[in-house]
Amino acid sequence: MSKDQISGADALMRSLHEEGVDIIFGYPGGAALHIYDAIFNQQHIEHILVRHEQGAVHAADGYARSSGKPGVAIVTSGPGATNAITGLATAFMDSTPVVVISGQVKSNLIGTDSFQETDMIGVSRPIVKHSFLVQRAEDIPSIIKKAFHIATTGRPGPVVIDVPKDFTDPEYKFDFDYPKDVDIRSYKPVKEGHSGQIKRAVKLLLEAKKPVIYSGGGVIQDNASSQLTNLAKLLDFPVTNTLMGLGAYPGTDQKFLGMLGMHGTYEANMAMHNCDLILAVGARFDDRITNNPDKFSLSAKKIHIDVDPASLSKIIDIDVPVVGSAKECLDQIIEELGVQSHKIDHDKLKPWHEEIGAWKKNHGLNHNLLGQKPTGGKILPQQVIQSLYKETKGEAFITSDVGQHQMFAAQYYFFDKPRRWINSGGLGTMGFGLPSAMGVQFAFPESDVACVTGEGSIQMCIQELSTCLQYGLPIKIINLNNAALGMVKQWQDMNYGGRHSSSTYEDSLPDFVALTESYGHVGIKVKKHEDLESAMKECFALKDKLVFLDVDVDPNEHVYPMLEAGMSMEDMHLSKDIKTW
Amino acid sequence: MKRTVALLMENQPGALSRVVGLFSQRGYNIESLIVAATEDPTLSRLTMTTSGDQKVIEQITKQLNKLIDVVKVLDLGESDYVERELLLVKFSHGSINTEVIKELNGEIIFENNELLNIQFVGTSKELDQVLKDLESSNPLEIVRTGASGISSNLKTLTI
Ligand SMILES: Cc1ncc(C[n+]2csc(CCOP(=O)(O)OP(=O)(O)O)c2C)c(N)n1
Ligand SMILES: [Mg+2]
Repeated sequence: MSKDQISGADALMRSLHEEGVDIIFGYPGGAALHIYDAIFNQQHIEHILVRHEQGAVHAADGYARSSGKPGVAIVTSGPGATNAITGLATAFMDSTPVVVISGQVKSNLIGTDSFQETDMIGVSRPIVKHSFLVQRAEDIPSIIKKAFHIATTGRPGPVVIDVPKDFTDPEYKFDFDYPKDVDIRSYKPVKEGHSGQIKRAVKLLLEAKKPVIYSGGGVIQDNASSQLTNLAKLLDFPVTNTLMGLGAYPGTDQKFLGMLGMHGTYEANMAMHNCDLILAVGARFDDRITNNPDKFSLSAKKIHIDVDPASLSKIIDIDVPVVGSAKECLDQIIEELGVQSHKIDHDKLKPWHEEIGAWKKNHGLNHNLLGQKPTGGKILPQQVIQSLYKETKGEAFITSDVGQHQMFAAQYYFFDKPRRWINSGGLGTMGFGLPSAMGVQFAFPESDVACVTGEGSIQMCIQELSTCLQYGLPIKIINLNNAALGMVKQWQDMNYGGRHSSSTYEDSLPDFVALTESYGHVGIKVKKHEDLESAMKECFALKDKLVFLDVDVDPNEHVYPMLEAGMSMEDMHLSKDIKTW
Repeated sequence: MKRTVALLMENQPGALSRVVGLFSQRGYNIESLIVAATEDPTLSRLTMTTSGDQKVIEQITKQLNKLIDVVKVLDLGESDYVERELLLVKFSHGSINTEVIKELNGEIIFENNELLNIQFVGTSKELDQVLKDLESSNPLEIVRTGASGISSNLKTLTI
């Protein structure tokens, strides 16, 4: 390994290069200026200048989620650091591997309330997997090594490296030597599942008559989709995915039940409630899934595979907990099933599949709305997603924001592959859609990337349109414009007597077409159902252009099914006037 | 249910705040907390008493284990252990007689013609009782360290 004398700032860039980083998203400022000079002086890593630090972290996150490689963002101290917080919390809740490097004031000024000083380590502490405050320039390489190791292994998550300015000073040089290995005595994530637990799990799998596989974001993070699919096929089990897990199992497959939970399909929620066995993989029994935990799937035995021991039996008591990586544990189960393959009996599952089929037939989602002229005159938001699906042949990367549009996208776009559906499921961050789409487009320059958003959410990071122009990102923004904070309004309709407290702003919305054009992109407005498909076609035909497709949709549409709070998973609203209980 | 949890963590700035932060962040309560460096200067040992049902305690130990700076966690209540706490009490001279101090296994560790400092050592429960018994003597000031513990079997908290 070559040894030479370089500054902390150069060492930082060299270390990132050693980690295989080729793109970073950031925004400069005083405390980061030495680092920015080092960025200027190297060729390996491209720096993308965003327009707000939140955008930098979301972009790094979108890059990470779509590519599976860690995403890197760099911000200055004080306001730069605090602007990154929402991005960090978003990455933390969805366990994505993001490394944020924040400039900090000089070490001798720390604690003196100096200009642009914020205790970044303190402020970010509850929303990071780990953080480092650099104490010596010489420590930068080993800290980078550890940070990437921690961010990407076990249950992944964001890591902050706070770098006081003096440790990046170009005048101070030291021998650069990048560590080959990393060993953290207090951090040894488990990979393989305990063999006894695997055997116990297999026994339950073989006994089940009414099983469901419930898989989450962990399967995608761990690249275990093919294992999951193989296992489901081997056993002929139905599969449901969480909002974070969509794409782990092919969305168009016959045995796929769709998403489960708050806005899950009728058949997925019914199956979860009425099954006799749940195999949960890389999912965490979040409150948006279980509804009331005391009424959650009372007759089912539960197997739970998760890399994070703290997720096991946290909310729901588990019969067979298995600590380990999704991929390894599923492989182990498949192997054990191979030994006991004579015990696999598809026939005994037939009545269960028929029961599920009947649920689907009676109350499943209608995936053929596109051609129907909407009775209310306005385009239905679901039709926009169906049109998007048709136009992109299900091949696009779809990012989303938060609200009704997000749920419609999750319900109506079929994801056949993992890492194609990128959304803030855990934190529910409005503003995530556009910057995360930038990260995806950088990771996959040749692919179609669409951001399904709402007129509320898109305005939370709209400034990134400027970044998209600078770097020529041909993202397609599909705006489901209902002129309202639709999801808030839906709750107010259902629970607050229709009192729309601060959820509408009809007369003060910008002209999104003009706005987009002023940023140098293309805007298209769609108002009528008959124009929808041709506009969608035009949008994707403009290969090299960012297009903002602003679609006026029916503002009165609600997202259904919807679980009734405090009750079980089979207690759903199916429409404005049909309830299951 | 009261529980004593001991852990070894990296003796590094920020490590303690992560442990303490975890408790407020996840809504667990800390009744007492002691930290000191160990014979291995890279490690600190922390003992805390907390309360909660079995499920809560299990979550606490799992969440503590997840912290990167935490090297090892031992829920002392899982097996036999002994616990001791130090209690220091100040009295004005003459407000307490030496018989009472003796009876309660106290030891005078400072004395002048104005006041007395007395130390008591025992389990937290025993010290609760000592304090009750001292009430009528009008202590001027009371300090408790919080409990420290060590397992009384071969299961050791070392690396
Ligand atoms: C940063 C942030 N603030 C507030 C919320 C709460 N919230 C959830 S959905 C929603 C409405 C979103 O409106 P829009 O983006 O237009 O989507 P729609 O529901 O209308 O499709 C709000 C305010 C949030 N999720 N994120
Ligand atoms: Mg809206």
